[in-house]
Amino acid sequence: MTMPRLVEVRKNVLKANDLVARDLRERFRAADVFVVSLVSSPGSGKTAFLEKILTVLRPQCRVAALVGDLATENDALRLARSQAPVKQIITGTLCHLEAAMVQNALAGWNLKQLDLLFIENVGNLVCPSSYDLGENLRLVLMSVTEGEDKPLKYPTIFNSADVAILTKVDLAQVVEFNEEAALANIQAVRPAMQVFKVSARNDQGVGEFADYLRSRLATLRATAIA
Amino acid sequence: MHELSIAMSIVEMAEEEAERHGGRVAAVHLKLGKLSGVVKEALLSSYEMACEDTPLAGSRLMVEELPIIVYCTPCQAKRELSSAQWFCCPECGTPAPEVVQGRELEVVALEIQ
Repeated sequence: MTMPRLVEVRKNVLKANDLVARDLRERFRAADVFVVSLVSSPGSGKTAFLEKILTVLRPQCRVAALVGDLATENDALRLARSQAPVKQIITGTLCHLEAAMVQNALAGWNLKQLDLLFIENVGNLVCPSSYDLGENLRLVLMSVTEGEDKPLKYPTIFNSADVAILTKVDLAQVVEFNEEAALANIQAVRPAMQVFKVSARNDQGVGEFADYLRSRLATLRATAIA
Repeated sequence: MHELSIAMSIVEMAEEEAERHGGRVAAVHLKLGKLSGVVKEALLSSYEMACEDTPLAGSRLMVEELPIIVYCTPCQAKRELSSAQWFCCPECGTPAPEVVQGRELEVVALEIQ
């Protein structure tokens, strides 16, 4: 038997996904559309929050959403109540969205007709962290009912995200949520992370976050012109 | 649990490389960052499954785990973190968000026979 020889490779395992994500990012850039993805555990309120945001933004902005789930079109139906174009991505048994699924879902869409595109990932705080979807902004959501130590339990996803959204803040008192501890935990795993506190039920913080998205879109377009 | 699909990508990548170089893959060397979102133990068992009925059956996956390294601005130095729960410089205590190592998920080399 011959001696094994060592061959250098140096290739990112997720290269295939990253290449598709890069293509998507270029398409989004060319169409001047700002893309936001949402990750969180199941039940943290992604869909309720997104429905609110779509509704608030829709009069002035052209918004659309893709939503990933293992099964059912329930979330797409909920989001469609905002009147925005919505498409469900059913992943079957897959626990996260990959760039190619986003690419397929967007087939036939004219991105130039959009200002903001939202991609709601499968509810999962582990797997989505590794997959670039070509987004401009990744939101990680955490509800007050989940416990203050979520960021410490899932540091990788918090670290991979750009902005944190604390949801269901209208319930904070009922569940004796310790906001100070939660914010400290977010900062521990992702120093300087911006946090928005929202409630989809009483609209608290929704307008503020919508303003933030509008300003991010304006910045994107200003740099595109420059 | 996305380690199986990651393992399948590794097997696919190694097969392609081995074909270019000619020979059978005895081992795959992988760099795995602590912030990659992939668990070593789950990846190792998934790798065995992913290799079944492929030319890589019986090959080994050699995982080198990489710690998280951040850049500390006040110290102007790279610092290794002992935990993913605390992104602060271990020397001066300043919060250090800039990750310079830890997200790797990279096939670095193959042992070919």
